[in-house]
Amino acid sequence: MTSNANELARDRDAAYVLGFDEISSNDHDLVGGKCASLGEMTQAGVAVPPGFAVTTTAHRAFLDASGIQPKIDALLETLDAGSTDSLASVSGAVRDLMMSHPMMDDIAQTLRAAYAAMGDDLPVAVRSSATAEDLPDASFAGQQDTYLWVVGADEVVEKVRSCWASMFADRAVKYREDNNIPHSDVLMSVVVQKMVNARSSGVAMTLDPSNGDRTKISIDASWGLGETVVSGEVTPDNFLVEKVLLSVVDRTVSKKQVELVPDLVSKTAVMSDVPEERASKPSLSDDEVIAVADLAKRLEKQNRCPQDVEWAIDADAPEGANLFALQSRPETVWSRKAKEKKTSAHSMGLDGIVGALLAPANAAKAAKKT
Amino acid sequence: MDKQVSMFPSPYDIPAPKGAEDWQEMYPYYMLFQPGNREAEEQEFYFCNNQHFPVPTRPFDSMILEYTAKTLGQYNTRQWIVPPANGIEYRYINGYAYLRMIPVPLEDIEARVPKFLERAGHYFGNWDTLLENWHTKVMAEIEAMEEITFTPLPDEVPLEWVHEGRGHDQTTEFMANFDHMLQGLHRTWQLHFEFLNLGYAAYLDFFTFVKEQFPTIPEQAIAKMVQGIDSVLFRPDEELKKLANLAVELGLNDVVKGGDLAAIAAAPNGDQWMAAWEAAQDPWFNYSTGSGILSSDKRWIDHFDIPLSFIKGYVEQVEAGKVLIRPIEELAAERDRIVEEYRDMMDPEVQEAFDGKLGLSRLVFPYVEDHNFYIEHWSMGVFWRKARELSKVLQNAGFWEEEDGMFFVQHSELRDILFDYCNAWASGCAPQGPRYWPEKIAKRRQMLDILGQERPIPAVNNPPEVITEPFTVMLWGITSESIQRWADAGKSDDSLKGMAASPGVVEGKARVLSGPERLDELQEGEILVCPVTAPSWAPVFGKIGGVVTDIGGIMSHAAIVCREYGLPAVTGTGFGSAKIETGMTLRVNGDTGSVEIVS
Repeated sequence: MTSNANELARDRDAAYVLGFDEISSNDHDLVGGKCASLGEMTQAGVAVPPGFAVTTTAHRAFLDASGIQPKIDALLETLDAGSTDSLASVSGAVRDLMMSHPMMDDIAQTLRAAYAAMGDDLPVAVRSSATAEDLPDASFAGQQDTYLWVVGADEVVEKVRSCWASMFADRAVKYREDNNIPHSDVLMSVVVQKMVNARSSGVAMTLDPSNGDRTKISIDASWGLGETVVSGEVTPDNFLVEKVLLSVVDRTVSKKQVELVPDLVSKTAVMSDVPEERASKPSLSDDEVIAVADLAKRLEKQNRCPQDVEWAIDADAPEGANLFALQSRPETVWSRKAKEKKTSAHSMGLDGIVGALLAPANAAKAAKKT
Repeated sequence: MDKQVSMFPSPYDIPAPKGAEDWQEMYPYYMLFQPGNREAEEQEFYFCNNQHFPVPTRPFDSMILEYTAKTLGQYNTRQWIVPPANGIEYRYINGYAYLRMIPVPLEDIEARVPKFLERAGHYFGNWDTLLENWHTKVMAEIEAMEEITFTPLPDEVPLEWVHEGRGHDQTTEFMANFDHMLQGLHRTWQLHFEFLNLGYAAYLDFFTFVKEQFPTIPEQAIAKMVQGIDSVLFRPDEELKKLANLAVELGLNDVVKGGDLAAIAAAPNGDQWMAAWEAAQDPWFNYSTGSGILSSDKRWIDHFDIPLSFIKGYVEQVEAGKVLIRPIEELAAERDRIVEEYRDMMDPEVQEAFDGKLGLSRLVFPYVEDHNFYIEHWSMGVFWRKARELSKVLQNAGFWEEEDGMFFVQHSELRDILFDYCNAWASGCAPQGPRYWPEKIAKRRQMLDILGQERPIPAVNNPPEVITEPFTVMLWGITSESIQRWADAGKSDDSLKGMAASPGVVEGKARVLSGPERLDELQEGEILVCPVTAPSWAPVFGKIGGVVTDIGGIMSHAAIVCREYGLPAVTGTGFGSAKIETGMTLRVNGDTGSVEIVS
């Protein structure tokens, strides 16, 4: 390593925020799984909504400078993980403690500057990016908070702190206790990203979830923001795409009666009814289906294993540049099963040919016997 | 087994169309269901081979069905001893050709395996050397066929023959030439099948293996992994594209589009274009607008208006800024990408087996594609030219009124005709033929017209429970499912199922064509609906939206060419061309193999 690179590495370790183009998969400890994955996507040329990562360095600095770490530790000493009541009261106390301490100035200023660089009062999403999250065996995503339609620098700073506090959500504390993960080992990074004004969004899996078939990409899509798809509030459209040839082999268009849409006045996303004539229309055109599939395929290739990709089509962005990957995580269900599959021997050369020629006749023979 | 209601009608219960009641007299007895054999023959499942014989067969052309079936069979049954498969039996029904695959009894299969291993093993083990030898043999056959000539018998035996004491006359050679022509044809069809069944067997193994790994993989994806990129099958079309490019380069756009060769030659730089035009003809203009095996198939070399109209279309495309030449490197890279991506999804343990089977398939596949040009187009092109020469000699002798009259007599009848002709010449009297054949031929023409107005029923009798004959599936796309589709096709409403032969979805107006004669009627974006296509229809594929065929598997020529041209195609619909009418709006889904009649 050259001295220059050393310096750069030190700078990165000390930085409170990093751009996605500065992040790689090696930065898991620094920015958590979600941000590392956004960084990787950016490196692979997959578009993600613009934004930045708040590093674990910032979180550490907050805990150290505010002097609350010993208080947190003391509170956790009193925890009886077997008791729901204790879990709720201790976790709640830790969260209150964190929320009662203001953000340090230098962190707040860094956040404000990074936010301002994205545009004037741009609505953003603030999400936690835990360093222990997103591991294939620790699928407790969603246990930390996500704040949508956050507008203004003050709000952004506030929500970053809320994300840090959410590390002590009851379930997260319980999970760490159950899995013997020391609470002090886990730091939280936060991702701030432009809110996608999603016309359509959903989830793409780079295998067929019904049977684990890796030659298919299964896309769930609905109108508006993707939370309705993930939460199951709508029955989404489903498109099954052949992965190599990128052709649509099956489609089920459902009636999508509600959608989550941005409400700039209330600065939140609100559920609204989808007009009758649009509800039964496919939420993606064929070209868009292929574009989503292609994006998921690239992410699978980059991560070298089947992926579960959240994506959205932004109504504000021009056609052809309006598809964004929101996050990509390894698929867990079938990836584990595949390893149990037993292998059978295959005869080669001429023996293989004879085997193929005889297959129908052998099937006929077997049918006769039964 | 209890007698069940048959899935398809009995061939004995299919009435002849009015006016064509005597159709059976056009074909040899051994190609017909015989009344005395009803009980036995109703046990056998025949399917219509309208892939190779899309219209009622002319009497002379039934010889092609005989030779192809015989030579295919000899390799399975007698040379390779293919364990589960013997040859093919044929029958005519109302002028349409029907085939039956002859399976080997289940209990006899095992004993054939060691023989097959030894015999086929020799070919697979020495593939390249034997294939080189094959090329030499094919070229020798083409040359020998080229040398055969038929000219009217002269008035006298030459004086020199008298002086040298030759002792025989010109009729000896005339009749021998006919024999040589048929012998050459017989040998040519044997060459056609020398490697073909083995090639399909190796492909079948690869195909089965990949399907086992990925049960839902589109069959077209498997085909794409082995498909050739620079097959000679694409050369004729490439030659036309080159000529179109040259025309634009030389500033001859308009005169070449005009299609008048004399005008092109007279234009500035015209000689340069004409030289290229002539150089392209041998052998590439032997290309036929049909399958190439029938007397009615037209060839570019005999009908310059066909390649010229294709060139006109290509010149227009160049003028519109389109690049015509196939991007060989891109196609090769795309093939590699497909292979790599599927391979990556396989368990590492089976990747080696995949590599081995892919390697073998790619070794054999160039033959599976290339033979079609050498045999169906080139060799058969020469054969039909010689046959027309003979027909003309006999036309001039009064045996029939039209140039193509000979194709309305059976080849066995032709022997009689030749003797009639030669005997009359020798005796100095008039032959009987001119008083017998013209009327008979006119009647046969009329019958063929009537027969051709009805689409054939797809199959007769009951299919076997399981099709144990592997080539049926590969070549004709006949599976238990496709048979069921045929049986159901008459019932269903406004949709058809076939094979997903080439990917993509397209909606457009249908144009139903029964043969290549009216190809020029196709409009931009229309969907071509036909019994079967030929690779040589490729030049119109640039402007149409999709293809629907009655018959053909995933390796049929239509499927290969559609994939090449990126056109959505559904093949093997069984009834498509009968059910769909020109002008209907269709939605063709080449990903799933369905065709919907939208309006």
